[in-house]
Amino acid sequence: MQIFKCPFCGTRNETEFRYTGQVGKLRPEPASQIEEGEWAKYVHFTENVRGPSREIWTHMTCGEVFFMTRDSQTMRVLATEALRRDTQ
Amino acid sequence: MTGLRVSGYGKIDTSRTLRFRFDGNSYFGHPGDTVASALLACGVRVVNRSFKYHRPRGILGSWVEEPNAIVDLIVNARRTPNCRATTTSLLDGMELFSLNGYPNAACDRLALIDKFARFIPASFYYKTFIWPNWHIYEPSIRAMTGLGTASLDWQASFYAVQQNIDCDVLVVGGGAAGLAAAKSSAQAGKSVILVDDRDAFGGWLNEGNHTVENISSEAWIRKQIEALQVAGARMLLRTTAFGIYDHNLVTLNQVHDDGRQDTLHRVRARLVILATGAIERPLTFSGNDSPGVMCAQAAASYLHRYGVLVGKNIAVASNNTLTDEVSAAMRRAGAEVSCIDVSELDNVTYQHNDLKLQLRNGIRRSVDTVLMSGGFTPTVHLHCQAGGKLDWRDDILAFVPRSDLEDVWTIGAAAGEFNLARALESAFESASGRRTKLGDRSWHLQSAWPIPNSKGRQWIDFQNDVTLKDIELAARENMVSVEHLKRYTTLGMANDQGKTSNMPGLAAMAAITGKTIPETGTTTYRPPFVPIPLGSFAGTQSGELFAPIKRLSLENEHKASEAVFREYGGWLRPAWYGRGEAQQHVQREARIARTSAGLMDSSPLGKIEIFGPDAAKFVDFVYYNTMSTLKPGAIRYGFLLSETGVILDDGVLSRISENHFVVSCSSSHVESVTLALDIWRQDQFDADRVFILNSTAQWATLNVTGPRSKDIINSASLGFTVDDDALPHMNFVSFEGVRISRVSFTGDRSYEINVSSNEAGDYWKKLTNAGREYGACLLGLEALLILRAEKGLIVVGKDTDGETMPHDIGFPIPRQKKQKEYVGKRSLFTDEANRADRRTLVGLSVDGHPLATGSHVVQHQNSGYQSIGFVTSSYVSPNTGGPIAMAMLREGLRRIGDTVNVYHLGEIRTAVVCNACVLDKDWERLNA
Repeated sequence: MQIFKCPFCGTRNETEFRYTGQVGKLRPEPASQIEEGEWAKYVHFTENVRGPSREIWTHMTCGEVFFMTRDSQTMRVLATEALRRDTQ
Repeated sequence: MTGLRVSGYGKIDTSRTLRFRFDGNSYFGHPGDTVASALLACGVRVVNRSFKYHRPRGILGSWVEEPNAIVDLIVNARRTPNCRATTTSLLDGMELFSLNGYPNAACDRLALIDKFARFIPASFYYKTFIWPNWHIYEPSIRAMTGLGTASLDWQASFYAVQQNIDCDVLVVGGGAAGLAAAKSSAQAGKSVILVDDRDAFGGWLNEGNHTVENISSEAWIRKQIEALQVAGARMLLRTTAFGIYDHNLVTLNQVHDDGRQDTLHRVRARLVILATGAIERPLTFSGNDSPGVMCAQAAASYLHRYGVLVGKNIAVASNNTLTDEVSAAMRRAGAEVSCIDVSELDNVTYQHNDLKLQLRNGIRRSVDTVLMSGGFTPTVHLHCQAGGKLDWRDDILAFVPRSDLEDVWTIGAAAGEFNLARALESAFESASGRRTKLGDRSWHLQSAWPIPNSKGRQWIDFQNDVTLKDIELAARENMVSVEHLKRYTTLGMANDQGKTSNMPGLAAMAAITGKTIPETGTTTYRPPFVPIPLGSFAGTQSGELFAPIKRLSLENEHKASEAVFREYGGWLRPAWYGRGEAQQHVQREARIARTSAGLMDSSPLGKIEIFGPDAAKFVDFVYYNTMSTLKPGAIRYGFLLSETGVILDDGVLSRISENHFVVSCSSSHVESVTLALDIWRQDQFDADRVFILNSTAQWATLNVTGPRSKDIINSASLGFTVDDDALPHMNFVSFEGVRISRVSFTGDRSYEINVSSNEAGDYWKKLTNAGREYGACLLGLEALLILRAEKGLIVVGKDTDGETMPHDIGFPIPRQKKQKEYVGKRSLFTDEANRADRRTLVGLSVDGHPLATGSHVVQHQNSGYQSIGFVTSSYVSPNTGGPIAMAMLREGLRRIGDTVNVYHLGEIRTAVVCNACVLDKDWERLNA
């Protein structure tokens, strides 16, 4: 059981969290101009980084989406940060 | 072995006597005894029959490593299977049974099997009983081998307490090293938990006369415990750390000898110190499984802990000088002890309760007990579970933990430090966090691994009856990897998990293949370290507490109306109303709802509110349909898709005001839809301009459906009335905090009254009173499903699956017309989505009894059948007067009017494909 730190609620069990996506993966738009292959890549393919990996997670109990950097090899959580400071 | 109790030894209370029975005979022991020590003290030599060959077996070890002495026990009329006699505390009145003897261990009819042993090597059963089918033979073979007998009444009484603990330092193992490390850490101001699986701290110190830091070991142990108490450390005995998981979560199982259920502790420790000790290895020689052959350290344990001398005439065979102490102790206790050079020992045979020793130089000797030691294997399980690697040390012939884990340290014998002084040094290192160079060790050992191609039957795995010859066979059949070896021969797969057998086994494989032991490697260590009762994992989380059910605020009102409750999507809801035969009530409700009206509690329906200046833009993006064109006060049906274009949920959207919408989603999808919407909001929108609130629980939703629904509402004295001009279909009005929506889930004129949950009882009472005058009924979920199916209205997840897109079920327009971007849009135009032969929603019309849900529509292909679709819903309708069904059928719309074959459990029936909506095709009842 891993422990993650929601930037808003603090440390919680991993069962409260959900992996949400890969950082920097943009939604290809508009649909009419997107090749099938590009769309399939967006929907179905996610990088599987060995070592430090920056990811998007959701804390399901509070609903906040945030960034988490964790080491996929040691399972260590290196940092978590709010999504919005980054987008502003 | 002719064990006997000797005075002046042991920490048992001989002033009291505990009586117990083993295989029907009466024996006695004392408080402080384990089942094994009491059996030894009573001179019981054969405690079990071996798993496969039914050979007589005695006690080999003294603790968790014991492979032979496994018993079923009955305490307080409760039977617990597969208990290790060496770790089970003796209780008064215990009834014990050996596992594999018919009728008992001492006298076993199946002992004959051993005579055929050379015809039944590893994998014999799988190779032999392959034709026509293993499962024909399996039951009788399992009966001849299997383990204990589970009792069904056991489970009901099993509620283990589960606790979570947080600490700075968890020390696993309370021997010399563990005590020292715990004390140093606690005195440095850290919060410390010290656990040990025995009933006293001290570990190996309790198994001899030792001096520690210039005082007797007993005084030293007492001093450490007192210091730990003063420093505020928590100490748990009879507690096994059986698993270590991510982020230093360690699970402990605590046994209570007073009959209480075990307690599971989940410890989150910043530093875990492993002082788990080492386990002695047996020697591999012919007849090493004879009753009376025992590990040397186990004999020391029985003497010093329980005052049991395991034999009077003992031969000791050891490859190391650590055993000298054991020999001396046995002598002091009154036994005659002779030492044998390991390389001289040829074989041992068991005859008439005696052991005949044959040495290579031809000498024969008769003894009652053989003590053996093949060196020590550090208990590295938790280190490896945590992801740590092992290093091979040639000087001590053992794998030791590599210092590669930052927050899991191994010390003492578990780190290969079998000398007390060095073990203590390693303990102080761990407490201070600094590694130093340790002093020299003062003991020696020589290699004594199994020698391939030697004669006789030499046991490697005692519990699963794996011999050296089986390992040679595995090597001949190229099962040379240790993981293959394990699964092919079942080496290390019994419930002792190879604690005594894995090292000799892999050493044998190394010798056979000409590799070194580190090249051969170990199998993977996985939790649990010892067998843990499933009840400890379950705790109280069984039955209703496993997944707590959601309840309606009107549950008591429904009960008063004789509702029969069922679980629907996590909610406990009325399935139908009335006692007795269910179908009769369901059919009555479905009929009355169409002729008069039905009243239904739809409170679980989702109510997710969307606010903010970007709310309209947001709903356009998350819905398949264009929603921004809705006028305030209006309602529209639509679909939420995933990015794969598959239907996530369906439902209506109400526009409350310019910047306020309410999503009404399926009751079982509320949480998942709320989460999906919130992720889109934060990912694609300005989170300051659109907000989401799940207000499902604040509202009760009361549904009135049927031709008399308007009359019922208008005569119910609700404080408002409805008329068709002010409230046409797919519109809503608000009245003092009450929202009345004209939406239909049945195809009939229907009203949905949304009130605060607190006021729901009052409204429900008024509506049911008014309904009575019009002959209306209370409508349960089962009847609603019939009403929906009559109109071809789908239930997402039942009539749709992970491939269904909106245009498959008759909603192609937004796909063709909607210009704006929306979730899942691009996926609706892939080659797959464009295929003309996609499965589409249709109805199936049959005579006679209804089709089985899940049965397949088939067509002939070659000599067999091919599925072209399946039945998703099937009911008997009182309103059409017969069976109705919906199906997802390949090219369904093109087949309307066709007769198709429907296959179910070997039977084929014909059905006619029709429109999914079979009642009121022009939807006139919406306004009737």
